[in-house]
Amino acid sequence: MTLSRDQIAARLADAGYIADGELATAVGLMQLLKRALLLEGEAGVGKTSVAQALASVHATELIRLQCYEGLDQSAALYEWNYQRQLLAIQAHRGKDAAEIEDQIFSEKYLLERPLLAAIRQPKPPVLLIDEVDRADEEFEAFLLELLSDFQVSIPELGTIPAISIPHVVLTSNGTRELSDALRRRCLYHYIDYPDVDREARIIMARISGAGASLSLQIARMVESIRKEELRKVPGVAETLDWAAALVGLDIRDLHEAPETVYDTMTCLLKTREDKARMTREVTSRLLAKVA
Amino acid sequence: MSCCTPPTLDEMDAVSRLVSARLAAFLRTLRENAFAVGLSEGHDAAALIAAGYADRPSLLRSAFKHLFSARKSDWTKFDGLFDAFWLGKRVRSRSVLSGQAAPTNNPSLKSLQDRALQAGGQTATDQLPSSDEAAGDHAGEGRLEGASRAENLAEVDFRKMADPSQIEEAHAIAARLARTLRTRLTRRDLARRRGYRLDLRRTIRNNISHGGVPFDLVKRRRKEKPLRLVVLLDASGSMSLYTGVFLRFIHGVLDEFREAEAFLFHTQLAHVSDAMKEKDPARALDRLSMMAQGAGGGTRIGASLQTFNRGHAKRVIHSRTCVMIISDGYETGDAALLGREMAALAKRCRRIAWLNPMMAWKGYAPEAAGIKAALPHIDLYAPANTLRSLADLEPYLAKL
Repeated sequence: MTLSRDQIAARLADAGYIADGELATAVGLMQLLKRALLLEGEAGVGKTSVAQALASVHATELIRLQCYEGLDQSAALYEWNYQRQLLAIQAHRGKDAAEIEDQIFSEKYLLERPLLAAIRQPKPPVLLIDEVDRADEEFEAFLLELLSDFQVSIPELGTIPAISIPHVVLTSNGTRELSDALRRRCLYHYIDYPDVDREARIIMARISGAGASLSLQIARMVESIRKEELRKVPGVAETLDWAAALVGLDIRDLHEAPETVYDTMTCLLKTREDKARMTREVTSRLLAKVA
Repeated sequence: MSCCTPPTLDEMDAVSRLVSARLAAFLRTLRENAFAVGLSEGHDAAALIAAGYADRPSLLRSAFKHLFSARKSDWTKFDGLFDAFWLGKRVRSRSVLSGQAAPTNNPSLKSLQDRALQAGGQTATDQLPSSDEAAGDHAGEGRLEGASRAENLAEVDFRKMADPSQIEEAHAIAARLARTLRTRLTRRDLARRRGYRLDLRRTIRNNISHGGVPFDLVKRRRKEKPLRLVVLLDASGSMSLYTGVFLRFIHGVLDEFREAEAFLFHTQLAHVSDAMKEKDPARALDRLSMMAQGAGGGTRIGASLQTFNRGHAKRVIHSRTCVMIISDGYETGDAALLGREMAALAKRCRRIAWLNPMMAWKGYAPEAAGIKAALPHIDLYAPANTLRSLADLEPYLAKL
């Protein structure tokens, strides 16, 4: 089932994801060209939540593979359940060896890992390969192969073709340069920090109890904080934390409680230097500029 | 399209031929601007047009942007290129580069004339496949040693790098350095033999042949990262005598080290690893000359380091990275900024080595404001002005 661009935009909004205009195009292209989508952007701009929103757009399951250094096939694709196999060998001791072998290399003893699980769903799921830049280069090459063939060969069992082709989303934080081959295989989308208007809408959509004027104030404040020279620039996730804290403390207007604003700034600032830089004076100066 | 009378087959054929010709031209433009687009992208683009994405320019632009971009730099310059090509708007600054790349790629008579105009009276040396000295003279000609605030917009000819024997020597030295730094790594590896955790799952799997009795144990081991060398080369006017030498060295470094990155800076910073990794040396130099716009002018080391710290450091620096800065330390920008950025860089990487060609001169003392501000954050401060002197650095670098 292919969705039109407007349908996608509407469904993204329903899923609580306030997308910039171009993301709907990207999702449309993913369907049309059957390509994976590579998302890049600063930490905390909502790359992972795109995949979550996408899953609810297609009303399907989200399968997530978190990449890390040293991730290998047995953690990403499949593995035999060795303990059960050993048990079975012990239990059937004395029987025909070939029979035992057939038994212990059957599907019952196969552990599905995310990549194998993703191609064996009856309904195409969203496969999120998170922070692919953290995985090793060898894994990247292996991933390329899977993304082009969508079939897995298991020596003991034979080739397992895909039942459905998943919607693949890859995210990268830029800790390592990805290979050109992988980049070329994917559609590319760069997510920037949202502008004030969009960020305010995100706050309103995610935090129940955040009024329009407060959301706008928070968004403006965060925007000006991002312009300060900080080591860790606060992302959307941090903004949402902060908004939740302020709403929880029953703040209606930032100007009414500058002291609380300063105290709750911990939600946004994640290093000691940044905390030291955002003094009371700086905070109140920024606050004064927020209308 | 549905509103009009259906076009005849011939008309459709003509239209599609026209569209595909335009599309091919657009792909060529993209390639000239360093986009990695191939045949499959072309097919997909045609499929997009057929699927009705061409109804509105903004929609087509957005769709093409996703399809053709592969990295952030592509993403940011795409809109300008698209508008310039399809909508005939003014070309933005980045795409101007391609216009100047064309003459470098095919040295026609016209482009030679252009270069002659640009380079003033230096055409003679430009055309010569010259020896190192001649080229060095040409770049440093009539210029005082020291910082200058001016930006030199002429292209600097890096072809003086192309002498095979010198390239060979540079590679040999880089290879030796790479070996020195690597052997140290393995010795350390051996020294830390104990203290790894048991990997239960792998142990069982490896011992299936023994019926599951764990004979050989598999231990979880941390993957050792190889040492990465990041070279930042000052290509300003005051360094012009030495730029060629160090470029050869960088070429060797990129080839021999398992992980290495190279940057060139003057008034701005440019990431040159990709250009220098080009297998065909002539093409590598072409690409480099394109990037070296403004080389040979003033130096803003602080600002360049700031760009590096902000935009590249996260990607290229990991816990086992040595940053090598090759510069004379003549800063035309703010020396205090340089100090701050050096401090930030020192926190980030394992070691900073600063190689200064001026130090080889008799009676040189680090008096320039820039080098004074940077000195407290440097782990190794050493002279270097020729390939030989780089080779002499080996024992020092091994200690890093």
